[in-house]
Amino acid sequence: MEVRVLAFARLRELFGFGERRIACATGATLDDLWHDLARERAELAALRPSTRFARNGALALGTTVLADGDEVAFLPPVGGG
Amino acid sequence: MIALSAEPLALEPLIAAVRDDAHGAIVTFLGVTRATSNGDSRPVAALEYEAYPAMALAEMEAIADEARHRYGPLRIAMLHRTGRVELGEPSVAIAVGTPHRPQAFAACAFAIDALKARVEIWKNECYADGASAWRPNAAQASP
Repeated sequence: MEVRVLAFARLRELFGFGERRIACATGATLDDLWHDLARERAELAALRPSTRFARNGALALGTTVLADGDEVAFLPPVGGG
Repeated sequence: MIALSAEPLALEPLIAAVRDDAHGAIVTFLGVTRATSNGDSRPVAALEYEAYPAMALAEMEAIADEARHRYGPLRIAMLHRTGRVELGEPSVAIAVGTPHRPQAFAACAFAIDALKARVEIWKNECYADGASAWRPNAAQASP
């Protein structure tokens, strides 16, 4: 299956994309997806504790199981205003 | 009126949006780019804002609903910039209209505090020396 991944701000810079379609295994969770993408990337691993996940526009836990066509977002701490 | 804007902000359209013959008070807030950073000694030349529009707008609507529940009846307008905002230029504009002024002041303060803590918008501080750094707000929901 395939999901659409959005990354913002510092995470966008480190991942090297703002939006990308990514293939993942059936039953994969948000944590699985993050770990696949952040593998052997110390800077990204260091940002995991401050990163929130969203699935289809709503905040979601890392244990959330993904479905084909989901929109996933990796969200750094906010800085608006 | 709740929106993100890539164009310069002005208060007049927000004031017009919240005007109501039953309301005797309109309080407005502008957040503008400041030369001094909370986290860096270098002078700030500009801020660059990035948003996740779907989540940012939904959260701004939720904040407006909470403001109505806490301080209403009221009318509220909130605009936030995306893109580059030069020194002295506004990045966020809020207007609140209520029958009497205490609720307008309180709702406007609530709205900007909640926006800074909760809305999916990010700020890249651009320094006069050409460097830049993503700067989170101090108070916000933890993951």
